[in-house]
Amino acid sequence: MTDVFSVSVIVGILTSAIRLATPYLYAAIGETFAQRSGVLNLGVDGIMLVAAYGSFYVVLKTGNIWFGLLAAIIIGLLMGLLMSFISVTLKAEQGISGIGLYMFGLGLSSLLFKTTIGTVKTVTGFQPVKLPLLGDIPIVGNIFFNHSLLVYGAFLLVPLAWWVLEKTTWGLKIKSVGQNPAAADSLGVSVERVRYTSVCIGAILAGIAGASLSISLLNLFQDNVTAGQGFIAVALVYFGGWRPFGVLWGALLFSTVNAFQLWMQVLGVKIPSDVAIMLPYLLTIAALALSTNRGLAPAALNKPFERGES
Amino acid sequence: MTFEISKKQTKRQKFDWASLFFNALLPLAGMLIALLIGAVMLLILKVNPLVAYAELVKGAFGNVSGITQTLVKATPLLLVGLGICIAFRASVINIGGEGQIIVGAIAATWFPLTFRTWPGWLLIPLTLLVGFAAGAVWGFIPGILKARVKVNEILSTVMMNAVALQLMNLLVRSVLMDPAGITAGTYLAQSERLPEQVWLTRLVPQTLLHTGSIIAVVLAVLVYIFLWRTTIGYRIRAVGFNPEAARFAGINVPFNQALALTLAGGFAGIAGAIEVLGVQHRLLEGITSGYGFSGIVAALFGGLHPLGTIPASILFGALLVGGDKMQRAVQVPNSLISTILGLVVLFVVGSALWSRRWAAKRQMDAAKNEEPKP
Repeated sequence: MTDVFSVSVIVGILTSAIRLATPYLYAAIGETFAQRSGVLNLGVDGIMLVAAYGSFYVVLKTGNIWFGLLAAIIIGLLMGLLMSFISVTLKAEQGISGIGLYMFGLGLSSLLFKTTIGTVKTVTGFQPVKLPLLGDIPIVGNIFFNHSLLVYGAFLLVPLAWWVLEKTTWGLKIKSVGQNPAAADSLGVSVERVRYTSVCIGAILAGIAGASLSISLLNLFQDNVTAGQGFIAVALVYFGGWRPFGVLWGALLFSTVNAFQLWMQVLGVKIPSDVAIMLPYLLTIAALALSTNRGLAPAALNKPFERGES
Repeated sequence: MTFEISKKQTKRQKFDWASLFFNALLPLAGMLIALLIGAVMLLILKVNPLVAYAELVKGAFGNVSGITQTLVKATPLLLVGLGICIAFRASVINIGGEGQIIVGAIAATWFPLTFRTWPGWLLIPLTLLVGFAAGAVWGFIPGILKARVKVNEILSTVMMNAVALQLMNLLVRSVLMDPAGITAGTYLAQSERLPEQVWLTRLVPQTLLHTGSIIAVVLAVLVYIFLWRTTIGYRIRAVGFNPEAARFAGINVPFNQALALTLAGGFAGIAGAIEVLGVQHRLLEGITSGYGFSGIVAALFGGLHPLGTIPASILFGALLVGGDKMQRAVQVPNSLISTILGLVVLFVVGSALWSRRWAAKRQMDAAKNEEPKP
């Protein structure tokens, strides 16, 4: 058996960890926007599935990865509008409407996959781009600077999201609507519009998260290809205390555990794969139980806003 | 949850038929819209929706085999739905049905295989209890985490689903694996077949319909009595109806929510046990068939009322059976049904707005009429 803790294995694990953090980051940063505005969108996994299918199908047919990404964005936007309509306009119970959206996405992606593709195929998706200079640094270059554009994008999204939420008026509006919608409303902020945009941004990013699986990390689509990563992304928002950098650490922790278990299996270390797959979920439960961030939750999270109600 | 607790419980007024009619009509309208969208999808797939839906109805109700299969599928939906009624009434959202079914099924496989010499009259009730207990534990963990450290139960129940699934995969490939499969070298990921005395009796010969369906209906009545005729049930509903008021009335809100989630898990656990004892007679992958999710749909459709969930379960059982038949007849993947179910959920929770507004308007009108005349 290879030495588990040799330099090459550790580099391999860390490189995979950076790659595997990508879908978590897109989905969880997007969900951060939705939740900061007071909407719990539990349908992230469903959006990821349909977008993963859509982008894969477009790349399979056209060979153009950018059209694929565009398809994912459009699908995300449409499903985001559906979710906003149900949760914001119709003021539905958000946890349940999210499950509805998930079931819809799971069914639709499988339906379309079976009718239009049928068997598991692969495409040439986003390829690793080695950054000049930075990519040549020994070890570090390989771990951080030799990834596909979608991976870089995910990490750039974190400071961008922080800047939007903390330094712009728009970010302030999002937070105020999630914290005290009645006060925001009385100051002339349209609660509905802010929530619609936040949910849709979240959904678009969930769409990109799906695409990052099907046309960048795996380059294939199959039924339930996300395997619940969208749900973990929602949990990461809680774990990260509704802050982009908190979400980043959470996503890295998860992807590292995931990368570790994948490499252990590759190296033939005797852990049953079921136990290994179980680990991230157990970790999520433990993290949620031990997390001290709950006080940071937006006060109006999961509460539909109705004018005239306290 | 913002579902209205009807006033008749406190005042014993005459039964409010108008409200029942209105609250039944809205979900049906939602269902109709979902089916229409499904029809559009069928058209896009170049399938005549009328032919496809005719096959669906024929498959679900066209003959004895279809009807009994519908009832067989309705059974776990009803059981899971009963748990959902209890949980949602306490304002706890239980997404963990899948995992709770799985652990119930695991326990209901392990127990009779361990005590395989015991007679059926003893073994069956005990197995159902063990299944209930296992599911209850799976509901208790998120329940206690919510009560003690305020972990969002939606997330924890979803995670518990994944843990249960991997646990089952692990067990059917190790300690619970069928010894016959090992000796034959097939290594099928399934358990040994259960001893025959623990199989649930078939109600109609040559079909799968088993006594589990009767158990489920009896339990539905019991849950109704529990929720509306006992103090604990009253507390659970009070917690969901208005947690603030419940707290002022001295009701322990976190405790009752944890209790509701534990009971919800227990009912899903029984669903898993009955699926093993009545249908599969062994543990195998895919035992849940997504009932943990579709049970939520059934309960919502039934107005989160245990008795309303009975017809709702039959309706969705029919949709699942008919979907399979439709898949064979017109080559449309049965994932169409999951898509439609998702839309039904969206429309039913969305339409609750009108239900609330309508109830509020009626209350206003009633208040006006009751005002003393000068």
